Amino acid sequence: MQKKYLIGKKAVVLLLIPALILISVFLIFPAIWVLKLGMTNETLTGIKAREPDFVGFENFSRVFSDRFFYNALKISLLFVFGSAIVGQAGLGMILALLTYRRSRRLKTIVQSIVILAWIIPEVVVAYLWIAFLDKDFGTLNVTLSWLGFEKINWFYNHPILTIVLFNTWRGTAYSMLLFSAALETIPPSYLETADIIGTTSWRKFKDIVLPNIKGYIFTDFILITLWTFNVFTPYLLTGGGPSFKTELLPIYIYRNAFKYFKIGYGSAISTIVLLINLLLAIFYITLSRRKKT
Amino acid sequence: MKDPRRMSKITNYIILTPILAFFVAPILWLLVTPFSSRPSLFISISTPTLNNFVRVFHNKTAINAFKNSLIISVGVVLLVTVCALFAAYVLSRHYFKGRDVLLYVLVLFSSIVTGVAAMVPIFMLNLRLGLINKELGVILTIAGGMLPTSIFILRDFFDSIPRTFEEAALVDGSSPLQVMFKIFLPLSSKGIIVVAMLVFAQSWSNFLIPFVLLRSHTKYPVSIAIYTFFTEVGVPDIGMISAYALLYTTPVIVMYFIVERKFGFSFYGGIKG
Repeated sequence: MQKKYLIGKKAVVLLLIPALILISVFLIFPAIWVLKLGMTNETLTGIKAREPDFVGFENFSRVFSDRFFYNALKISLLFVFGSAIVGQAGLGMILALLTYRRSRRLKTIVQSIVILAWIIPEVVVAYLWIAFLDKDFGTLNVTLSWLGFEKINWFYNHPILTIVLFNTWRGTAYSMLLFSAALETIPPSYLETADIIGTTSWRKFKDIVLPNIKGYIFTDFILITLWTFNVFTPYLLTGGGPSFKTELLPIYIYRNAFKYFKIGYGSAISTIVLLINLLLAIFYITLSRRKKT
Repeated sequence: MKDPRRMSKITNYIILTPILAFFVAPILWLLVTPFSSRPSLFISISTPTLNNFVRVFHNKTAINAFKNSLIISVGVVLLVTVCALFAAYVLSRHYFKGRDVLLYVLVLFSSIVTGVAAMVPIFMLNLRLGLINKELGVILTIAGGMLPTSIFILRDFFDSIPRTFEEAALVDGSSPLQVMFKIFLPLSSKGIIVVAMLVFAQSWSNFLIPFVLLRSHTKYPVSIAIYTFFTEVGVPDIGMISAYALLYTTPVIVMYFIVERKFGFSFYGGIKG
């Protein structure tokens, strides 16, 4: 017998169309159009705004010989490695382990605090961190001087460390939640047995926990890399400065397209960022599909 | 007697305390400064006052920006919820050729096309459509970006609702649309409300899209207007800013914690970014 559907073909089309139009126009089309824009010398003002020429791959070859591009790429890579892989995943794992097999109350309190940092709107977070790191009155420096350390001008002397710390604070929640969920999948008997033999914590982590949640860690790495690579918030904190030391790729795009009005050139950089995103996304989807089957 | 688990409990707290302090410390400023009579970047506890809030409510720009944020967020919520509801319903209840390809394309594009990577084409698209400096442009752009994730969350939710009720109603002679509105919607209202709240919180917090697409001060939502509070001598007005920031943050936090109560946070893991 043929399977009976709840809705007819006409209804299917009618119900899908509004979502598909919106997604096609505002999500899929820009991603494809950016490639064409990147091959023109379009600007936001002037003659080239009205009649841009087709320049082929000229923008791309210019991007690859632009030292600001390599500067931005290097900072983006440092930012992703420092704040996503080491910071968020590392701290997320520590927090997940510290609340694992502990009381529900402790878990709720810890998670709520970390999640709070995740959900506060980014503009507010930027203000919080400007206040937190202020050279003279910031909580961090005041605490440091109480402990007998010298006050540090974070934004000026350690710009990359500043945005790395900031983004670790901001994004740890996701890794913490994912790893907490992953730990719950380990059969309790494994760790109970280890407890009875008196295994050290490190051995338990290395021989029982790690092998059991490897897949989750990998998933987490890809996702937070993708997200961190696409973060714009440090702009609100440092504006890309001092002297381009925190200019991530997204900020570099912004500067070229909207401060120098070079739409074609900005599109060429955007295309490169989109391609990197594409690689990460394909990696992620293939991985999660393989897990399902 | 030596108790290893008790010992590890103590080490646990010794490691946890500084980490939690690191997470709490920046937030303290937001909780203290709005009520301070002498607000500064330093967390100072002086006589508490509501004066900063009163000043926000008397500031036309502040109130207007709140209104703009509300227009944008409500617009996005309506658009995304309705479109996602329809699409997710079909994708949950109907198999058609190419459905898997469609889903694959949706996941792919929703994760690679971020506001950051696509800000240039998004700006140009809105420029060509005549939507620069219009709320509609901001609403459509944010909605397009949030739709795929919303569809996936709703579809997962719909898949968990048994089809038997709908099938029974169909056998009774109801039309498919009647089934959808009278049987299916009431059953799935909880999931729809959750998605609506998440979408609201996300668009309420969005900075980049209005930052790129809007030009005039009267159109700015809170996320951008909050940068315009300066005293007469050009110094940021910290009292106003902190009070405004707290008012701006509160609805987001309330909504997220309602969602958390109902579903747990793992539920929306994919919606960030």
